[in-house]
Amino acid sequence: MILLWYILIPAVAAPVAWLLGRSRPALARWTAVAGTTAPLVILAGQWITKASALQATFAARGPGPAGLVAGSWIADVKATWIGSLGISFFLAADGLTIIMLLLTFALGLLAVLASWRGITKNVGVFHLMILWTVAGLAGVFLSLDLFLFYFFFEMMLIPMYFLIAVWGHEKRVYAAIKFFIFTQVSGLLMLVAIVALVVIHGRETGVYTFDFTQLLGTQMAASTAFILMLGFFFAFAVKLPAWPLHTWLPDAHTEAPTAGSVLLAGVLIKIGAYGMLRFMVPLFPDAVHDFRTVALVLAVIGIIYGAVMAYGQSDMKRLVAYTSVSHMGFVLLGVFAWNTLALQGVILQLVCHALSTGALFIMVGGLQDRIHTRDMGRMGGLWQVAPRMGGTAMFFAMASLGLPGLGNFVAEFLILVGVWQVSHWAAVLGAVGLVFATVYALWMMQRAFQGEETHGWSFADLTKREVGMFGAMIAALVLLGFWPQPLITTARQTVTGLQEMTAASSLAQPRPTAEAGDPAAEAAAAPADDASGATSLADDEGAQQ
Amino acid sequence: MASVSLDHALVLAAILFAIGFAGLLTRRNLIVVLACIEIMLNAGGLAFVAAGARWGQADGQVMFLFVLAMAAAEVAVGLAIAIRFRQSLKSLDVDDADEMKG
Amino acid sequence: MLGLLWLIPALPAAGFLALVLLNRRLDRTAAAWIGAGSVGLSALVALLVCGSFIVSPPAGDAYHQVLWTWMDVAGFAPNIGFYLDAVSVLWVLVITFVGFLIHLYSTEHMEHDEGFTRFFMYLNLFVASMLVLVLADNLLLLYLGWEGVGLCSYLLISFWQKDPQNVYCGRKAFIVTRVGDTALIAGLFLLFTQVHTLEIQPMLAAAQESFVPGSAVAVAAALLILGGAIGKSAQVPLQTWLPDAMAGPSPVSALIHAATMVTAGVYLIARTNVLFTLAPDARLIVAIVGTVTLLLAGFSALVQHDLKRALAYSTISQIGYMFLALGVSGWEAGVFHFMTHAFFKALLFLAAGVIIEALADEHDIFKMGGLRRELPAVFWTFTIGAAALAALPFVTDGFYSKDLIIATSLGSVDGNLWFYAGAIVGAFVTTLYSFRLVWLVFFGERHTEVSRRPRRRQLVPLWILAVLSVVSGLIWMPPWLAGFHPFETFLDTALPPIEFTGEYAHFAESALGALVTISVVVVGIGIAWLLWMPWRRGTHAFSESPAVRPLAAYWLGGWGFDWVYERVFVIPVKWFARVARNDLVDHVVDGIAWLNVAAWRTLSAGQTGRLRAYVAVAGFGIALVLAVVVLR
Repeated sequence: MILLWYILIPAVAAPVAWLLGRSRPALARWTAVAGTTAPLVILAGQWITKASALQATFAARGPGPAGLVAGSWIADVKATWIGSLGISFFLAADGLTIIMLLLTFALGLLAVLASWRGITKNVGVFHLMILWTVAGLAGVFLSLDLFLFYFFFEMMLIPMYFLIAVWGHEKRVYAAIKFFIFTQVSGLLMLVAIVALVVIHGRETGVYTFDFTQLLGTQMAASTAFILMLGFFFAFAVKLPAWPLHTWLPDAHTEAPTAGSVLLAGVLIKIGAYGMLRFMVPLFPDAVHDFRTVALVLAVIGIIYGAVMAYGQSDMKRLVAYTSVSHMGFVLLGVFAWNTLALQGVILQLVCHALSTGALFIMVGGLQDRIHTRDMGRMGGLWQVAPRMGGTAMFFAMASLGLPGLGNFVAEFLILVGVWQVSHWAAVLGAVGLVFATVYALWMMQRAFQGEETHGWSFADLTKREVGMFGAMIAALVLLGFWPQPLITTARQTVTGLQEMTAASSLAQPRPTAEAGDPAAEAAAAPADDASGATSLADDEGAQQ
Repeated sequence: MASVSLDHALVLAAILFAIGFAGLLTRRNLIVVLACIEIMLNAGGLAFVAAGARWGQADGQVMFLFVLAMAAAEVAVGLAIAIRFRQSLKSLDVDDADEMKG
Repeated sequence: MLGLLWLIPALPAAGFLALVLLNRRLDRTAAAWIGAGSVGLSALVALLVCGSFIVSPPAGDAYHQVLWTWMDVAGFAPNIGFYLDAVSVLWVLVITFVGFLIHLYSTEHMEHDEGFTRFFMYLNLFVASMLVLVLADNLLLLYLGWEGVGLCSYLLISFWQKDPQNVYCGRKAFIVTRVGDTALIAGLFLLFTQVHTLEIQPMLAAAQESFVPGSAVAVAAALLILGGAIGKSAQVPLQTWLPDAMAGPSPVSALIHAATMVTAGVYLIARTNVLFTLAPDARLIVAIVGTVTLLLAGFSALVQHDLKRALAYSTISQIGYMFLALGVSGWEAGVFHFMTHAFFKALLFLAAGVIIEALADEHDIFKMGGLRRELPAVFWTFTIGAAALAALPFVTDGFYSKDLIIATSLGSVDGNLWFYAGAIVGAFVTTLYSFRLVWLVFFGERHTEVSRRPRRRQLVPLWILAVLSVVSGLIWMPPWLAGFHPFETFLDTALPPIEFTGEYAHFAESALGALVTISVVVVGIGIAWLLWMPWRRGTHAFSESPAVRPLAAYWLGGWGFDWVYERVFVIPVKWFARVARNDLVDHVVDGIAWLNVAAWRTLSAGQTGRLRAYVAVAGFGIALVLAVVVLR
């Protein structure tokens, strides 16, 4: 039952925050802090105590998919919801869930802290919306019933819509509607796919159920599977966002209040990756394999396009928003590479991107609170005014460009190594994306913080609250950069389980990384005289094995 | 006495309906429009009565009673609208009421 | 004693952390003590560790220390671990000692700078990263150090960040080197996929075993690594960032852009020499890159006005020599030249820093002159450095290392006359530009007043480096001079020895071969004296003549590489970023929205709000339906 608390605590804290906020805004803030900290603490406890136990249950799991499913969960809650349609209230948690929930509550807390000063209008309702978003996100990550998943997937949009539309910046209504339409339309496609899947499964077996674990391995024609997969893909690709479905993101992230941007960039868009990992690929592995080349192309375009777009912006927040497009391209690459290295990289990337981009959004929000502009043309030389802020921004800019020693590098490296096994050019182009990342990150630093201060700005450097927030994020990123093992271990069961689910499909690795292919044979097979074509030759060798 | 055939009655009903419809299209005074609707309703009623008589069934008369009741209700509502209309628009011209245009 | 190895990079890293955390609470003295002290301690530890390594070498002539497993994913398990062998011993000693001297110098040189603490913060981080780079036991950790030094290079070039030009130079350095890093990281992917480990020694052993010499895989791996090395070591075609990197403070130029970081490429290639041995094609390319670079940069150095830019081009040129040595399988010669170059080039930059400081930030050598009497200590040390750079025979370390490279370029199995000719011409040009600087800066009339004189903490490092620039070459004397070569014996434990087995090996190894080098240098000094000795004004006309001027301008701009890159890469990307600023894809989305609006406008035009029109249309419609029903 512990899983239910993760949804209930923020969901119940929300109206409390609203009621208290009507008379005392500070109380609403503290309620929101409590409403995110409490599940975070419970979760941390569960992580520490249960994660190792999971390894044991996973190792002792029964044979076949049923055993795999049973052995994967730390805890689950199952109750009939709408029995006649086979819809159940099915929550379950494994390593990946724990990581996503940690992210949700931690960033929920950061979102509350980041709007401590900036939000003064309707404080109670604001925190109601934040807490409901957090509750909806927790529900998304916990649901294993597809209908329940869809329910939370859509439910969480509503508070987020209001966060953008009410507390946002200049073009907030436009951005909110755009965000809503994009996610809603793509979500409906997913709903159609879900219902079709349930009906196909029902016709085949006579059991109509939305339970993901039972729907796994449903037999259907390849073309049907491909279409249904596309339904899921659209929903998650919009969320992620993948090029060319990304255009809602710069608007929504830019116009949202800081807390909204943090939640959007930190957790909301991660649903796209999570959904692909958890549902799309295991349900339709062969279709995903057929779609791989297209997805890799989209991912690579997203990486480079997002980075070049970021470079072209003058609105600092919009710049940061476009970096998300670029970074999520790596996630898409990793998901479609679908090997252990890439998947671990994807999960790490979800965490590290949430921290680094979340921090940059908080930074821009802090700047806007101080100088009331996000236009980098009106900044410059701010390092002189606020050196601590400059140093912190430099740190997160470096995280953004994937500097080794920070978690983002580990994540991106693992993804690219994994992708290299599948497609050499995608890995190389992804690495080229890191050069463009350098271009935009340094350009942002120069325009905002370096150079001569000519606009006469004068404001307070980071406050203690901000130093605390950024300090925690910096520490987390450095820790993940030098010792990412705790997360890797936590996610290991999930990654192994996911790959076992798809083991029978064409997506399974033709060449497992743990076993050496015979490099000598490869090297001998490759013509020695053609040095310039060496990479592509090696490429072909790899593909044939 | 030469009996009035069904055809005569139906032609009369059609003429009445056409007159009412023409009035509806051409007149802009709300009261006249209401009157025109009355004429069209009564044209329908006439057709019912004539048809009932032709086949010796009471249904035609019954339907006419319904039409009468409906016409009365319609006039009541219609006149109430007309009063509100005049109060808010200071006229009875139906063309003035075009706030719903796209 | 060897167990203390981890302390060597940890101490500067701790210094960095202390400076970051205590930043505001430190006064200049405390910051200087932490900054220079941590590197000094690190140098002491390095002396202990390396001393014990040299005196009693561990088994296998290498010491491996694993701190913890970095990550462990599906058989990919790189360590945070350090590996010490003869090559890393050399690099560690040079980094910590030259690093410490430069820190010491900086406490004086940067005394009045407002970012004093920040400067030492970056410098400490640099030393720590550089040490990680050379001590790393696997390529991923090496890459960490590799990018770390790149970051510090960026931060320090743009250290005086109020001037956007400095920041631009810093960005350029970072971005251009990252282009090379992309190749390097692709090399990591390739190597890991082929041999399933990135730990350098097992990886090399596996490659040795499984790669067929000259095979496409081996060549590809070597070339990708070379790509990284070219970027970091500023070789053609990625050399353009280094001259601009001179925007940073002089100690930075000395430490990062002369002595240590830019030689990381040399280290990397020497470290992975097994791969290059397996890939003759790649080796040939290394040698060609080196030769082309040493010539191009040498000629550019000849015409510079800015003292530091001239030195920067000479650095590129000297690293070209090291690449040439590596390319002809003279691994040890390249490493030897790295060491001597680190001493004399650091010396030259530090001396240049004093001169520039003394002349109130004057960089132009034509506005200097006559400083021989004003700054005698600097004159002597700079001249020693320039002589070493020019390879003045017998009395400078540069002679021993450069002569070895020249001999190798001819006598090694990969050597040939082309490389030899390039190296000889390069040596001649080097002599010219070295003594051009000496004559122009220290002789003739004084053009600018000396406003500040160096003090002890600046002069001590200068003298120490000057002494090293004289004596450090003596540890590897050529066979025709003396049989004293302990350095070669030491390097043999980690690198393949140089084999003089080529066609001209006999000549190259002999005193006769050395005589060629010696005469080139002597003649070069003489010509430099004729051309630039300030009282010989006649030659000024030569350099201003219409035949020479355009060529000089072309060389001054670095052979037009920047010009081409600007047009091929920078402008198109900027153009696209500007044109597509509002997101081209969004136009499609807007297009869909526009279609909807257009449809709405069209349809709503029918909604006139006129009751009578509605009635007419409805009547018409009913009539139409009835007509269809009845007449059908």
